[in-house]
Amino acid sequence: MRTEEAAILPPPPTFCRGRPVVANVFDRLRTLVLSVFLIAAFALPAFAGAFEDAVAKFANDEFSDTEEAIGTIATSGNPLAFPIISALGEDRLSADPDTRKVFITQADGKIIDAATGAAVDKLPDNAASVRLNNRLRRTVEAALGGLTLLSPDPVKRIAAAQSVFKTHDETMLPVVDGALAKETNKAAKQAFAEARAAILLYKQDATDVEKLEAIVAVKARGDQEAMALLTGLGSDQSPAVASAAANATAAIQRTLALWSTVQNAWYGLSLGSVLLLAAIGLAITFGVMGVINMAHGEMVMIGAYTTFVVQETIRTSYPGLFDYSLLIAVPLAFIVAGAIGVLIERTIIRFLYGRPLETLLATWGLSLVLQQAVRTAFGPTNREVGNPSWMSGAFELGQITITYNRLWILCFTLAVFAILLAMLRYTALGLEMRAVTQNRRMAASMGIATSRVDALTFGLGSGIAGIAGVALSQIDNVSPNLGQSYIIDSFMVVVFGGVGNLWGTLVGAFTLGIANKFLEPVAGAVLAKIAILVLIILFIQKRPRGLFALKGRAVEA
Amino acid sequence: MLTQLTHDIATLSRRGLLAASAGLVLGLAAFGPAKAADDTIKVGVLHSLSGTMAISETTLKDTILFLIDEQNKKGGLLGKKLEAVVVDPASNWPLFAEKARELITKDKVAVVFGCWTSVSRKSVLPVFKELNNILFYPVQYEGEESERNVFYTGAAPNQQAIPAVDYLMKDEKVKRWVLAGTDYVYPRTTNKILEAYLKSKGVKQEDIMINYTPFGHSDWQTIVADIKKFGSAGKKTAVVSTINGDANVPFYKELGNQGIKATDIPVVAFSVGEEELAGIDTKPLLGHLAAWNYFESIKTPANEKFIKEWQAYTKNPKRTTNDPMEAHVIGFNMWVKAVEKVKSTDADKVIDALPGTETPNLTGGVSKMLPNHHITKPVFIGEIKANGQFDVVWKTPGLVAGDAWSKELEGSKDLIGDWVGKKCGNYNTKTNKCGGQGT
Repeated sequence: MRTEEAAILPPPPTFCRGRPVVANVFDRLRTLVLSVFLIAAFALPAFAGAFEDAVAKFANDEFSDTEEAIGTIATSGNPLAFPIISALGEDRLSADPDTRKVFITQADGKIIDAATGAAVDKLPDNAASVRLNNRLRRTVEAALGGLTLLSPDPVKRIAAAQSVFKTHDETMLPVVDGALAKETNKAAKQAFAEARAAILLYKQDATDVEKLEAIVAVKARGDQEAMALLTGLGSDQSPAVASAAANATAAIQRTLALWSTVQNAWYGLSLGSVLLLAAIGLAITFGVMGVINMAHGEMVMIGAYTTFVVQETIRTSYPGLFDYSLLIAVPLAFIVAGAIGVLIERTIIRFLYGRPLETLLATWGLSLVLQQAVRTAFGPTNREVGNPSWMSGAFELGQITITYNRLWILCFTLAVFAILLAMLRYTALGLEMRAVTQNRRMAASMGIATSRVDALTFGLGSGIAGIAGVALSQIDNVSPNLGQSYIIDSFMVVVFGGVGNLWGTLVGAFTLGIANKFLEPVAGAVLAKIAILVLIILFIQKRPRGLFALKGRAVEA
Repeated sequence: MLTQLTHDIATLSRRGLLAASAGLVLGLAAFGPAKAADDTIKVGVLHSLSGTMAISETTLKDTILFLIDEQNKKGGLLGKKLEAVVVDPASNWPLFAEKARELITKDKVAVVFGCWTSVSRKSVLPVFKELNNILFYPVQYEGEESERNVFYTGAAPNQQAIPAVDYLMKDEKVKRWVLAGTDYVYPRTTNKILEAYLKSKGVKQEDIMINYTPFGHSDWQTIVADIKKFGSAGKKTAVVSTINGDANVPFYKELGNQGIKATDIPVVAFSVGEEELAGIDTKPLLGHLAAWNYFESIKTPANEKFIKEWQAYTKNPKRTTNDPMEAHVIGFNMWVKAVEKVKSTDADKVIDALPGTETPNLTGGVSKMLPNHHITKPVFIGEIKANGQFDVVWKTPGLVAGDAWSKELEGSKDLIGDWVGKKCGNYNTKTNKCGGQGT
């Protein structure tokens, strides 16, 4: 049968998949059989040649050749097209410049020949991964979008539709239309509708009616990308379309302006939580004990380095535990920083109670010693502290982006604050601490070992600074200078909030954070910081004891 | 004279055959008049080993020690061993001037390799002028300077910033620009130059956003959100970052977390090198760019040899190399050549001999010291890869000559530095006078 069919027909042109030429001659069934046949007998080999040539182009290590190859492969219809292009996007495609063979390293580590799909034992020695630049990465994304529009996984379909929304490539319209018609998932359906609108909006020969409908759909999306799409429309639009686009842009801008207020508030809370975290330890050592502790920042740094050591140990010995590294680091950082705090109190600070100037100088010197010690032990360069997977990335809430690391730090700060407050109020140690700081001599006559309480209080403050270091290692550099950047802010918060009052520290931190973040978009980061400092100076003139001043005889004592 | 010769022969026999020829040349050189009594040439190293700048400068101190070690293995210079004198100015700008004075007057060094920030360079300038010594400055900087006693081996703005912007304009078709920097002299001057350059290319004021942040800024949420907003105006947007070393880590983390990908809004940085990336997880940064005159990943025999020897010297197979290190390599080799040429370490002679000196750089070209005391360099644009290295995606066709004075700025476009013909660092080509107006 094969020879018979082939003999009847003239050799088909490469791009013709059978049907039209022979439809008049044979009945429908035979046409179907035939078309399958033609694809099998002629079309595939013909395509395979072009496909193989295209694959070999990856070995040229030229960006322009790679781009051509992606185009040819994406439209080849070859089942290997998707694995090849996704491997290219994920840096798993390598090419041997000598044999011009191209290989895919699969997610499970197995290697296959990209042109044939045959399994290969190992990569040749001189195989190098195929390089991409940003332009090609966009091409890959677009090609993958086209290839995954019909993927069975709705998440992939939505991602593909969104990439089409961004590229609004006209040639994708039939595929998107087809996908839209049979889509059942609600979210995916909407994504396809938006992608379709984006394409129509930029399609040269789309009618005004289509474009106006598209603008409505894009406007409904209402985010920054929608706005980018609308403002990017050329000036060659008809007046109706142009004015509709302008109206839609204005409407989106109004909503976004509203959201940006919410966003500033969230950023303010987030900055406030960082300030609070850095300052709580100081609120104890400076606020409660009255020690001007310039080495506070270094306790934070020691906490961050503890996190680094924990992560290094986990990386080398127990890689599976990486996501729990921070949970392990928190108690360790508390113990390490707390122990160093107790040591400092016993050896230096206890001789300096009641001599603030000497304490300031001694702790300042100590902070330099600790910094240089860490620099000698760990080197002057930044150390990499990784983010566990549950602290990476972000999610969208309406039109604002909330990053997980900031959210966790906010929760963590509030938890630390609550625990500390409970400890001071409900435990025996907390009671002793409050007694000693309020009236040392009276507490001593009641049988409290004041010097032991002093050491423990200082240790507690330092330990909490250490915990802060664990959290700050997630958003800042882990370098010997880490502490320096927080010491001024910490003092600012404690003094502003009112010395000796933890609630004051809380309110102070969030006030400063929010004020800073609302000033920043208007005045810029540098001026905002200056403005905050000026405001604090003015405020302290008016209320020298801060927001929440302690009252009563104890204060004057 | 005779005793000197016997002494030299005695040393010769101890040195072994390989060094014999070098020794002969050196022996001859030793007949030169002064300084014959000292048997070492002192080289000053003025880099911060403590304080905020230690993160960047410690590596440069190690680089000079490595280069001196290599040179001594080759038989030293003019028959003498080189000896490093390392001081620690502790990231404290006035201390830089004090330490420079100490190096020159007390230790009597022949040359100093040092400084990183522009403010530290400005602080030591009067000392080098007064005591007439030589400073090799290895870091990319804002330009607008050409001093007789300073040799600038890092990039001037036209060797880094302008080619990078050209690349984005041509290859990425960028139409809207965010110029983000730390608030000090280098970013401010560079951004001024870039702003003038972009406007000369027809970019409108509303398509340029300039943003400054304090040193060590760590809360980038607002700024990254602003960039995102600025980038959603329907035109391709890019960020040109002159953000200083330490603040980069939280900046890139925030970019990654807020999902700004290089394919949407690429960031091209002028102060982010292999060292800075060592402290971050680079996977979310894939494709963001940096412009330098050297990348560790560039495959040339010279570079591969250098990396191998450097890692052997530091006994750390993972130790990275970076652009300012290459600048020190070039500067050191140029100084060695100039000293060999005039057979003296006398500052005046070496200063006169340095312009015109050529030495191979590590990326396959030959760099030359120009009369304005800047050098010729190739410019590379690299994209960040997942392994923390850079993949070169573009480079200038040839070497670019460093301009001491920017052609883009009103106040400096007529100025040139020429220490060979005009003997002047700020010669005004319009009025033909030395001491023209600078900025």
